[in-house]
Amino acid sequence: MQVHRVSRQYVIRKLLIMIPSLLGISIVLFALLALAPGDPFDELATNPAVPPEVRAALRAKFGLDDPIWMRYWHWLIALLQGDWGFSFVSRMDVSTLILQRLPVTLVVIGASQILAIAIAIPVGVLAATRPYSLFDQIANTFAFIGFSLPTFFTGLVLILVFSIQLDWLPFVYRADISATGWEFYWEHIKQSIMPVTVLGLFQGAALVRFVRSSVLDVIRLDYVTTARSKGIGERKVITRHVVRTALIPVVTLVALQMPIVFSGAVVTEQIFRVPGIGSLLITSMLSNDTPVVMGVTFVSACLVVFFNLIADILYGWLDPRIAFR
Amino acid sequence: MAEPLLDIRGLKTWFKTDDGMVRAVDGVDLHIDRGETLGVVGESGCGKTVTARSVLKLIDMPPGRFEAGQILWQGRDLIPLSMEEMDKIRAKEIAIIFQEPMTSLNPVYTVGDQIAEVIALHQKLSRKQAIAGAAEMLRLVNIPNPQRRVHDYPHQFSGGMRQRVMIAMALSCQPKLLIADEPTTALDVTIQAQILELMQEMKERFGMAIMLITHAMGVVAETCQRVTVMYAGNVVEEASVEALFGDPRHPYTQGLIRSIPRVDRSAEKKQRLEAIAGTVPNLLEPPPGCRFAARCKFAMDVCTQAVPPLKEVGPGHYVRCVL
Ligand SMILES: Nc1ncnc2c1ncn2[C@@H]1O[C@H](COP(=O)(O)OP(=O)(O)O)[C@@H](O)[C@H]1O
Ligand code: SF4
Ligand SMILES: [Mg+2]
Repeated sequence: MQVHRVSRQYVIRKLLIMIPSLLGISIVLFALLALAPGDPFDELATNPAVPPEVRAALRAKFGLDDPIWMRYWHWLIALLQGDWGFSFVSRMDVSTLILQRLPVTLVVIGASQILAIAIAIPVGVLAATRPYSLFDQIANTFAFIGFSLPTFFTGLVLILVFSIQLDWLPFVYRADISATGWEFYWEHIKQSIMPVTVLGLFQGAALVRFVRSSVLDVIRLDYVTTARSKGIGERKVITRHVVRTALIPVVTLVALQMPIVFSGAVVTEQIFRVPGIGSLLITSMLSNDTPVVMGVTFVSACLVVFFNLIADILYGWLDPRIAFR
Repeated sequence: MAEPLLDIRGLKTWFKTDDGMVRAVDGVDLHIDRGETLGVVGESGCGKTVTARSVLKLIDMPPGRFEAGQILWQGRDLIPLSMEEMDKIRAKEIAIIFQEPMTSLNPVYTVGDQIAEVIALHQKLSRKQAIAGAAEMLRLVNIPNPQRRVHDYPHQFSGGMRQRVMIAMALSCQPKLLIADEPTTALDVTIQAQILELMQEMKERFGMAIMLITHAMGVVAETCQRVTVMYAGNVVEEASVEALFGDPRHPYTQGLIRSIPRVDRSAEKKQRLEAIAGTVPNLLEPPPGCRFAARCKFAMDVCTQAVPPLKEVGPGHYVRCVL
């Protein structure tokens, strides 16, 4: 059956709504970090080799003595121009640093979300179409267990079993794989398996229960009986008339959970030493590397806003009643 | 006599609930001949919807189950059929429309898609041809601008228009029987008349039989040839419209007829419009004997001893009462 097209107006409206959210996020972020204790010049100040005039000149050069709104304005303009500042600790541009780390995180999060959805939709739908059956009960039990175990625990269990006992998978993620061609990809896949599994199963467990209850809500609606009366077969009744509508709230949930997924990724990246932006955030926080902390936080916030946009568009696409308003 | 199109014999559809077995349909006999309109009447909760849905096997099982009886469709019992076999009968031979036009259509597909889905399946047409067929059906049910409206979503239609869409969908494969489960109850009075008129018009055009479920006796008088009166999961009376209104035998039927609001009565008499006192009994533990006994002013001792049999009181006129 034909899928409806989301009106361009709807998408543009959603895009425009993003701008104030992003500005708001940038202000909050800047204020928090500007007011936070800890000064990158602390080290220079206590270093007797640096004369006070040089220190003052440096402070002026980096604009640290300007009023706060001026600093925000400069920071924002620079941000928009792609100048994300300089990491005093790593001695490289923040943007370069983030671009180095971001792809790994995106791949791990993306793959784990795909895994979560790929498990949750079929399992949730099957469980809901056979409520209280053996399958339903097994699925529910596993979902409950998966949801109750924290990722650091499952992560450690996986490492113990697959890396230490069986020695099948590496337990430290390496960015500098020397192999080329197929082997390069194979090594990357092998080291991604555990972090992706840990994150994906955790997300999937929560999602299974949500999909199940959403399908159960839809399956007793009148139009499902209408669909059955058309003689199109139970399979089409479920896929076309039940799942399609039941997915609408699921899409929203997945998007709203993105911040949780990101924080979950920070933990997972620590366990498996994945060199993503999660671990970058932790190290830069520990070393007081303010520009990097700001950059990473801003990127994560942007990603969350972006996923909300995607959810809104999907939502409008799945439910014609929305996009018409 | 020719074999009836649909012949329901001793049907029992029960529901297993936490409180016990709900005997929603508990021994229903009714039949519909080709091209006739049968009215099925009774108060809310009498088992009309369960009877109608049983015919197309649209009852959720569990909690429902067929306890006994036969549903003979052109002589063939539908109860033992698999869902795949039922799918060949649904829409193509027996179609159904429901009480709530606002919720009977899927909100995420255009009405054209939903009608075309049936046409494409049963008439083996391409999607494009099926959409053209859907537009033609919309035109037949008098929806203005069918070529454009076929691409609209259900929420863009009013209640009456959606019921027209449902009728268009139900008739798109020219079924031999249309089951209409209180098709006008949820609509405004003026719209009700239009929908009934449309059904009449469609019947003349396609020649199908109609099983019209309603709790409005007035509707029955206007549209049906024969009537089956249901009470608490049983059939209590069956007769031609003339016999039923001219000589109602069952006290329940008499009560129903007395409760029809009539325009020709004076305003002060209208005030004394009689509703039947009491409510439909609990179908969980139906009382032994006549189920109407608790509300019947003629009730006697014999009434509560055993369920009275259906007896013939005139040609084609049956009544389940000891009187
Ligand atoms: N799925 C179900 N589970 C339990 N009881 C049901 C179910 N469906 C219908 N019933 C019961 O069957 C009885 C008859 O209902 P119904 O056929 O809808 O009445 P009517 O259409 O005549 O108003 C009611 O008492 C109702 O509670
Ligand atoms: S059988 Fe008895 S109780 Fe039932 S309707 Fe007839 S007279 Fe009334
Ligand atoms: Mg009903």
